[in-house]
Amino acid sequence: MSDSEKLKAAVEAWSAKADKAAARYPERKKAFVTGSNAPVNRLYSPLDTENKDYLESVGLPGEYPYTRGVQTTMYRGRLWTMRQYAGFATAEESNARYKYLLAQGQTGLSVAFDLPTQIGYDSDHALAAGEVGKVGVAIDSLEDMETLFAGIPLDKVSTSMTINAPASVLLAMYIAVAEKQGVSADKLEGTIQNDILKEYIARGTYIYPPGPSMRLITDIFAYCSAKVPNWNTISISGYHIREAGATAVQEVAFTLADGIAYVEAAIKAGLSVDDFAPRLSFFFNAHNDLFEEVAKFRAARRVWAHIMKERFGAKNPKSLMLRFHTQTGGSTLTAQQPENNVVRVAVQALAAVLGGTQSLHTNSRDEALALPSEDSVRIALRTQQILAYESGVAETPDPLAGSYYVESLTDSIETGVLAYIRRIDDLGGAVKAIEKGYIQQEIQDSAYAWQMDVEKNERIVVGLNKFQVKEASPKGLLRVDPVVGERQVAKLAALKAKRDNLAVKDALAALKKAAEGEDNLMPPILSAVKAYASLGEICDVLRNVFGEYRPSVMF
Amino acid sequence: MERKIRVIVAKPGLDGHDRGAKVIARALRDAGMEVIYTGLRQTPEQIVQAALQEDADVVALSILSGAHNHLFPRVVELLKEKGAEDILVFGGGVIPEDDIPFLKSKGIAEVFGPGTPTQTTVDFIKTHLKRS
Repeated sequence: MSDSEKLKAAVEAWSAKADKAAARYPERKKAFVTGSNAPVNRLYSPLDTENKDYLESVGLPGEYPYTRGVQTTMYRGRLWTMRQYAGFATAEESNARYKYLLAQGQTGLSVAFDLPTQIGYDSDHALAAGEVGKVGVAIDSLEDMETLFAGIPLDKVSTSMTINAPASVLLAMYIAVAEKQGVSADKLEGTIQNDILKEYIARGTYIYPPGPSMRLITDIFAYCSAKVPNWNTISISGYHIREAGATAVQEVAFTLADGIAYVEAAIKAGLSVDDFAPRLSFFFNAHNDLFEEVAKFRAARRVWAHIMKERFGAKNPKSLMLRFHTQTGGSTLTAQQPENNVVRVAVQALAAVLGGTQSLHTNSRDEALALPSEDSVRIALRTQQILAYESGVAETPDPLAGSYYVESLTDSIETGVLAYIRRIDDLGGAVKAIEKGYIQQEIQDSAYAWQMDVEKNERIVVGLNKFQVKEASPKGLLRVDPVVGERQVAKLAALKAKRDNLAVKDALAALKKAAEGEDNLMPPILSAVKAYASLGEICDVLRNVFGEYRPSVMF
Repeated sequence: MERKIRVIVAKPGLDGHDRGAKVIARALRDAGMEVIYTGLRQTPEQIVQAALQEDADVVALSILSGAHNHLFPRVVELLKEKGAEDILVFGGGVIPEDDIPFLKSKGIAEVFGPGTPTQTTVDFIKTHLKRS
């Protein structure tokens, strides 16, 4: 008997024994499934991975298809960037929080903007009432941006900005602030999210329709490849897709389908793939099912490498590497017994690190209740530091490689992702699939199924549908002072009184002309920003030329 | 045939988180109600107009951005102005417990936090309906 036959016989004998045992002492559940409802077998063995060509499908760290990670030695060289998403109230308060986080050992900044900023409204817009400074910092003009980064040398930190529809404007402001600090654009490191497709799908901060939105994005690709070469021009995001209820497979599939749409748009705009693809980055979620999440990250890297090489003919290895940021899963946090969230976040952060993330945000325990307090943020950051310095998991790349279970999960996630991508290709690509509501419907179905499973107690959420306690309402939550809105409105009025309004008018007229034509929009946006045109004024010019996106509503 | 309970599920303000609103909308529909979901970025004025136009019995509001103290009471106020105070208004989302007494004093009948089973919302509507 060959070794393989011996193994097969042994596994068969074991299965018979296990069946007998399960008949006598039933297993805990009839069917075991992952956090995303994928089946989990009773046993995984070398039989599950024996048909694989190791070098071809798994390979070595830093080598194609990058299943084991994008860097050769991974965290032995440098740990992941610890990057807590933060921002609230005014630029002054957020600036203080950034300095606190940097003093606590955080290694990169991540800016949260308030909703009016994200949707291109100034703080004095009627629709901004009640929203100013609530979910992030309010930025109306370059003046606010100067305050936000006061005393933070922009050649020494990398900064991620969660900004999408008005990404060009905020990037222009960042470049202008750096210039005032004496830092040239080619020294800047950071990321803008700049991923409009997932806004239509799941996150909701869109402004313009898909066509002009894609143009703004490819204009940024082209501009940065020449002027801001170390900037990640997009962070193609599965995070919000997962938060909206998607499964792990759907998260990867819809994100990579969006990625394909951006690459196609850029190629169509005349860019060559290896000019912009090395600066594409990704953003994923980390939920509670440890092994499934690790497998998800591994599968995502492998699928993307294949897409870039085979579908787009990319030659530069950097174009093939899926680099990503991870945030732990906000929707997994419970308002009940919020201290338990510290443990959930630790498990999720572990999944991200075992999955080879390039940077990580760990959620704070109180985020199902409010914006995080300073104490909660410190615990969240310490969680990463404990993983990095005490757990030992960062000492060798991709330590779960070769686990029969993890390799099987990686393969099955890949299969699921490829099936979705084919379906989306058949629909005419991600933009068409979004316009038809296909992607949104798939996510909503998963979200509803999850909720029903929890309500039927088929899924246990500790403290929510099992192990509940009576508890007092939590203390020490962060509250944004309601006068922030008034202060911000007053600042904007003062700015408009003191700036050179003729220069603003000229800059906005030049922007309008560019928008109506085909020139790259970054230079006129940069000029408008430097003239202290407000975010709302700039976005209004583009609204008038491009129109606004009107989604079809369904549930 | 008995008239179905008519519900407007609405997202006031700029918040884009509508997983909860959509799950609630679907659960209410599955419970036999007639449900209209407004979509994102609705002003209180638009929500009230939809409620009147659709002859709604219930307005269910969802906010996760922290703008609830500003936007929820405004909906109730506008309904009163239009003589439609018999429409049941309640809300949900990420809303600190400390804010709930204020919202209730402004006519928000109930506030449901994260983790509330959809059945709780269904039962609440059936037992608190002001129109019959």
